[in-house]
Amino acid sequence: MSVLEQSGYPFALVVAVLLLLALFWLLRTQRLREKYSVLWFAVIVGVVLLTFVPAITGWLTGLVGVTTPINLVFILAFLVLLVVCIQLSIEISTLEESARTVAEEVALLRLEMERRTPDPDAGGPRPAGDDGGAPS
Amino acid sequence: MTGMPDPQAPKRVLVVVPAWNEQGSVGAVVSEIRKECPQAAVLVVDDGSGDLTSVVARNAGALVCRLPFNLGVGGAMRAGYRYAQREGYDVVVQVDADGQHDVGYVRPLIEALGSADIVIGARFAGEGSYPARGPRRWAMALLALVLSRLAHTRLSDVTSGFRATNRRGIAVFATHYPAEYLGDTVESLVVAARSHLVIRQVDVVMRPRAGGQPSHSPARAAAFLVRAVLALGLALTRPRPELSAAPARRDGGWAG
Repeated sequence: MSVLEQSGYPFALVVAVLLLLALFWLLRTQRLREKYSVLWFAVIVGVVLLTFVPAITGWLTGLVGVTTPINLVFILAFLVLLVVCIQLSIEISTLEESARTVAEEVALLRLEMERRTPDPDAGGPRPAGDDGGAPS
Repeated sequence: MTGMPDPQAPKRVLVVVPAWNEQGSVGAVVSEIRKECPQAAVLVVDDGSGDLTSVVARNAGALVCRLPFNLGVGGAMRAGYRYAQREGYDVVVQVDADGQHDVGYVRPLIEALGSADIVIGARFAGEGSYPARGPRRWAMALLALVLSRLAHTRLSDVTSGFRATNRRGIAVFATHYPAEYLGDTVESLVVAARSHLVIRQVDVVMRPRAGGQPSHSPARAAAFLVRAVLALGLALTRPRPELSAAPARRDGGWAG
């Protein structure tokens, strides 16, 4: 394995393996949903592949028309990060919409509950079930 | 009871007041509504206020729906429309909590619903005076122009939060009431027009704001123009919302 004798490759490999282990651990402890892990696994597999077979980069470079192979790697890395960021924004938007819907439902349920339970001091100036501590 | 609405029966009216930190004015607004329209129910949607808005509103005799955190007018109003739909109200009137909207116009707005699904209380349509200059004015003119064409009627003030809605409008807004920037006013009208609701406007006079003047800095006005155009563009190019024919049934929403 002459490739591994060049100084950069063992480092890349170690990083990739560590990332893989970290991903597995996150999945095992259920901190990461499986649907988000696919992309990261793909990235790591790509990194490992490039580490073992650097010729892929050279071949891809010729295909796309980029002169320096490392630039292609950078471009790809940026693209991956961009896609991940966009995906996270989408997920946040979905979560916000869910949170909004839930908040509305909670508020409506609380109103319904307050209407059904007769207020113990109805008619008085004190409101029911408030955390604010209204001056009475 | 939500079956066939009897056209002869008096309309059940719900006045929805979205309020965010309006303890100084919401009490007076609620009392005034109750005096002007004694047969209407008043629902104050407390949009995550940090002050005594909900207490003041309840003491003034309103139903109070407290959102756990601030959602913006869009979220507050959708909660109001959902409540109206579930409780089977015929008409929802939206009134601001800051006292700008003259409650005396609630009745004309509701009467105008005879020939429309949504009636907007429009400022600076002759009756009112609302100073707006420069980019802000252009933005409003542009919004009004586009929405007028979309709604096939002349609309001069599409950013007004003073409006009345009938059952058809309530059904649409209970599911589609945007929370985006300008979503509560402009985009909701786009949604309504594309759902084939009939929109009309009635001229109203606004009162001076109870607290604070709107900012007139040119930078803000320019930002408003840009955001308004963006919001309108997005609203117009969004996929058409399906008009849910099913009434008053709660489904899980569309977030799945």
